[in-house]
Amino acid sequence: MIEFKVETRDDGIGVVTPQGRLNMVAARRLKEVLGGLVGDGTSRIVVDMAETTFLDSSGLGALIGGLKSARQAGGDLRVARPTESVLNVFRLTNLDRVLRPRDSVESAFDE
Amino acid sequence: MTRRLLLIRLVVLATALLGVNYVVWRWLVSVNWDAWWIAVPLVLAETYSLVDSLLFGLAMWRIKERGDPATAPPDWTVDVFITTYNEPVELVMRTARAARDIRYPHDTWILDDGDRAELRAAAEAEGIGWITRSAEWQDMPRHAKAGNLNNALLATEGEFLLILDADQVPHPEILDRTLGYFADEQMALVQTPQWFENVPDDDPLGSQAPLFYGPIQQGKDGWNAAFFCGSNAVIRREALMQLGVSRYVGEVEVGVHRALRTAGSVVRSARRRLTPDELEVRRALDEILHDIGRARRELARGAPLFDVTYRFQRRVADIRRRLIAADLETVQSDLTAIAELEGLTEGPGDDLATVDLSVLDQLSDREWSPLGAVETVQALVDSVDVHRGDEAQPIMPLATISVTEDMATCMRLHALGWHTAYHDEVLAHGLAPEDLPTMLTQRLRWAQGTVQVMFRENPLVQRGLSLGQRLMYFATMWSYLSGFAAVVYIAAPVLYLTLGVLPVRAWSLDFFIRLVPFLLVNQLLFWVVAAGRPTWRGQQYSLALFPVWIKAFTSAFGNVFLRRELDFAVTPKTRGADGGRRWDLVRPQLVAIALLATAVLVGVVRAGTGHAPVLGVGFNLLWVAFDLAVFWVIIKAVRYRGPATDHSPAGARPGEPHEGAA
Repeated sequence: MIEFKVETRDDGIGVVTPQGRLNMVAARRLKEVLGGLVGDGTSRIVVDMAETTFLDSSGLGALIGGLKSARQAGGDLRVARPTESVLNVFRLTNLDRVLRPRDSVESAFDE
Repeated sequence: MTRRLLLIRLVVLATALLGVNYVVWRWLVSVNWDAWWIAVPLVLAETYSLVDSLLFGLAMWRIKERGDPATAPPDWTVDVFITTYNEPVELVMRTARAARDIRYPHDTWILDDGDRAELRAAAEAEGIGWITRSAEWQDMPRHAKAGNLNNALLATEGEFLLILDADQVPHPEILDRTLGYFADEQMALVQTPQWFENVPDDDPLGSQAPLFYGPIQQGKDGWNAAFFCGSNAVIRREALMQLGVSRYVGEVEVGVHRALRTAGSVVRSARRRLTPDELEVRRALDEILHDIGRARRELARGAPLFDVTYRFQRRVADIRRRLIAADLETVQSDLTAIAELEGLTEGPGDDLATVDLSVLDQLSDREWSPLGAVETVQALVDSVDVHRGDEAQPIMPLATISVTEDMATCMRLHALGWHTAYHDEVLAHGLAPEDLPTMLTQRLRWAQGTVQVMFRENPLVQRGLSLGQRLMYFATMWSYLSGFAAVVYIAAPVLYLTLGVLPVRAWSLDFFIRLVPFLLVNQLLFWVVAAGRPTWRGQQYSLALFPVWIKAFTSAFGNVFLRRELDFAVTPKTRGADGGRRWDLVRPQLVAIALLATAVLVGVVRAGTGHAPVLGVGFNLLWVAFDLAVFWVIIKAVRYRGPATDHSPAGARPGEPHEGAA
């Protein structure tokens, strides 16, 4: 089972940490979590993937869905600290070519 | 190698050798160049048929007859999707109940594109899920069945999906008989046959496709190119989603490049219209041009696209705000000047400073040309960037480039390296069209879709496909070009019998000794691979529907290259209320029959009076007899009265036209 840790930093950036397997069952919940954040006015979001043990294409789809909501609200979604196996899923679909994973959560919105 | 496969390969080899021998000889020696206007079309048509035969042989070379599948583990999760738009509620529910009763554990969903309260209530009363389009689809391109499936994909979560058309009633064991193939982790899709229960044995409308749902798919399977036919197939969700995400990435990349290029020309053209004193505006447009250039350079360097577009959009938004502010000052000073002139100022606060900027924002439409240009830039990049402003969902796993989303989607899965399987066991019973108009509409639709894919994503040049896969997809598309050849095969004997025009140098022994063995061995190949399945009906329709194939080709050409509508005929939902026979729909075929019959009479007279050689006339009479035997099916089809049911859905894929040679 997967848990989503959600916190909003002082600078207004939301940090979502999926803990566990981000697969087709979890994808919809992630999309809801991200949509909820944006709906509450937090349109700059970092998804911290350090504790994500597994990712599939449905999980990627949820990330893109969250990115869409964030951008439409004038913000952005950044992905940080993916493990090597998670990064491989990005590479399989070329998503890494357009959505650059960041090395740290803190600096994810630095530029 | 089994004895059957060995035999098939021997016949394939013989067909190929005899066929190439005949057609090469025809080109080199036998074309009557004096009557080139019919001789060349004839030899081209024969070459077309030879290629068709060779591609068919190539598929048969690797015919893959899979036995029983392995047993699937008991704990996989499956969603069963029943797609419907406007079929009668009872028809959908009949399928839904059977789907619910499938043995392997699963969830059943009705994908109701018609958003019908009645169907929803019926589904819920029986504990069956009901899904319709989400709010995101409002005012967006709907993409028909592909859109319906894409919508449901994001609303469900099973590992595997069984796709069923509304009329395809599944057997309880359908999942037990197909899931086992997915033990291969690269297996993306298992297709099973479409079989129709409302079709009499003699199949007057050619609804069953025993050669396609059988040897042809099995042959493609041998090259890992068995393809998705829209219904009665199980798909791995991960494969579809991976396809969706990677297509999304590719389309965003292409889209943003194009948008930036267009944006540059929009801004430059707006800049040319500026008067010399519009300094502020000119500076803003120059900045945007600079940003466009920078974004394009960054992308060319391989910078992550979303970072580039994020920065770009924010810069453009800034510039736009400045432009509005600049314009506001102009407008205000103008108004102040006017007010002072006419002494109209009536009180404090009654000026433009109280007007909300956002209102002006809305007012500033494209007539304000520099600002209009900037907004166009924003809208352009917006529509293709991250969130795909012009689509309901950023991720569209099922292809939307064609009305036959199934084949296009499957080809893309193959290009990503996924496997597919064809399982040759009837596991669902469907309903075929029961009258000529519906049947014709359906054939046209599938032919158009297939030709669309050929024009838009020609398999011969798709990266990621093996040579065998390219040829297998191409073979299906090639078979839909038979309409042009059919016209020649009608015209040539008619011209000879009536006017004595010789398309070949001579109806000589040399000619027959090359042609006849090829024709015989070609029929033998059909007979061997079919192994008792009826093939004559399919051969008839591949020629007899020549106007449909030609219309499919020309309308798909117009659609893809000239951006015309495909111009669908509306599918009648019930049989013609007037009950009249629709001879009008087969007028070209009736003309062909009349011409052929006339040619027989004239030919006999000419031969009988010594105006034409007996051998040539005799051969052409045989040829015409074959043509007439082919067209006989059209008469049968027009006169056909289906069994007394009141629905004839038009979703199933009727195989592909297939035929022998000249």
